[in-house]
Amino acid sequence: MNEMARLQQRRLALYGWMLAAPALALMSLFAFYPAIATFWHSLFTRGTSRRPSIFAGFENYGDLFADPTFWTVATNNLIYAGVTIPVSIIFALIMALWANAHIPARSFVRSAYFTPTILPMIAAANLWLFFYTPDLGVIDQITGFFGASPTNWLGQPETALASVIIVTIWKEAGFFMIFYLAALQTIPPDLREAARIEGAGRWTYTRRVLLPLLMPTTIFVFVNAMINSVKLIDHLFILTKGGPNNASKLILYWIWEMAFAYFDSPHAAAMTILVLLVLGLVAVAQFRLVEKWTHYR
Amino acid sequence: MNNAMTAVSNKRTLPDFDKVLDTLGAWVLAIVWISPLLFAAWAALQPSGTALGLDFSSPLTFENFTYVWGAVPWGGYFANTVILVTLILAGQLVLCTLAGFAFARFEFKGRDTLFILVLLQLFILPEVLIVENYAIISKLGLFDTALGIGLPYMASAFGIFLLRQAFKSVPIELEEAARIEGCSWMGVLWKVYMPAAKPVYLAYALVSIATHWNNFLWPLIVTNSPDTRPLTVGLSLFGAPETGVDISVISAATIMTIAPLLMAFLIFQRQFIQAFLRAGIR
Repeated sequence: MNEMARLQQRRLALYGWMLAAPALALMSLFAFYPAIATFWHSLFTRGTSRRPSIFAGFENYGDLFADPTFWTVATNNLIYAGVTIPVSIIFALIMALWANAHIPARSFVRSAYFTPTILPMIAAANLWLFFYTPDLGVIDQITGFFGASPTNWLGQPETALASVIIVTIWKEAGFFMIFYLAALQTIPPDLREAARIEGAGRWTYTRRVLLPLLMPTTIFVFVNAMINSVKLIDHLFILTKGGPNNASKLILYWIWEMAFAYFDSPHAAAMTILVLLVLGLVAVAQFRLVEKWTHYR
Repeated sequence: MNNAMTAVSNKRTLPDFDKVLDTLGAWVLAIVWISPLLFAAWAALQPSGTALGLDFSSPLTFENFTYVWGAVPWGGYFANTVILVTLILAGQLVLCTLAGFAFARFEFKGRDTLFILVLLQLFILPEVLIVENYAIISKLGLFDTALGIGLPYMASAFGIFLLRQAFKSVPIELEEAARIEGCSWMGVLWKVYMPAAKPVYLAYALVSIATHWNNFLWPLIVTNSPDTRPLTVGLSLFGAPETGVDISVISAATIMTIAPLLMAFLIFQRQFIQAFLRAGIR
């Protein structure tokens, strides 16, 4: 009998492995192996037909740190993350509160907020090109009406990154709204009633009741926004190409440029590893945070 | 009692101040949020070259659309995108269902470690590994093929995670009942678990379609011919400012490429948002 149970258990284990194997194999091929291979290749010099590539230790990383472009791009990406993450979360929350309130034309409001989410980033960039075009664009037409002179929003270093940031916020806020909307619908309406009877105003209710209850959603959205601040760079291809003079260049775009425009894959690999390290830290931090918050629930 | 009644009726006749503000704010933000789309739609209907002045008296024209349609093989790009999205979704559904089932209902050695590895993949983005994945796809001889674009996305950690959660929430009694009736493991999966996870499948499918319809960087890297290039890459080549195409034409091309997805969204938006809300992707 015992023998039978053990046999059954082993058969189940085998089934489990077989079911998971195809996915795990593909995942290894396109995520785990390339991550390790990237690290390995980041330790070698760039080979040419004359000089084969040789082991260089962490030289490629040293080159990156010595390159002023690295610091510009890293700073840009920090600003990009530092602005897009909080601003799109705040917009998402406001949108969700409004899209959840009993207001006229609510379904129109909901779809208006959500529509940018389903557009390709490339298309979004094209739409915004129409806003940013100097002199002829919508923004300059409006400011020109008030007598301001035309501005080359995408072509000058002071405004290029900001222009890119606005498109990203426009694109992702509606997506995050959905998660807040889902969370808001699980909050019982009695809570608001109870808070009102206790004399809590709207602001107090939002701050003391709503926000803490939405915290797990906020963590989830925050992590997604963080990943997006690495990932969402498609619009650069249309709007600025990272320019002028690297003023709007972001890390992933730079990696693409190094690898596929300058064919310098060792340095691209080193940069990729740095990004993966940061993402890994984010992953660990998220698991910690989620653990902490699930204790409260 | 009487007082309470008057208070209620007061509330009805006088809409309270907060609500008016909320409505106004919500509407203004909504209009701001779709204005880029509206402007583009309007620009696309202006004669090219003359456009852009916010002069609403000029006549509307469809010539931009006919010009754009003739200039680039959009029909092929559409077909490529549809094939690509279908291929990826099919692969994801099969692989993630099997793996999600394994992680939800089977005990095997190393399962928890493997699951953590799967979760880790949520952070190792395929987008970041472009350099190495490009080398792998080339070595496999899949460069410039639909499979080459799709393969790295098929074992989706997000999909595995979602389906595992969905399968775990199915009461085990349902499974036992089916097994007493003689169902095999695959039968149980097919007849009990997959139907129970329907809303999750719907939500996941919609997210996957939207993601891969819109994906750009990876397809840009692994395609180099009109026979495989998806819409986004085609649009980016067409819209590049250095080609000197003017904004009405770019707007027409943009509107044309997003129209199918936009219409699908407007038709299915209730299901889409409901799917998200119900499946509880949180």
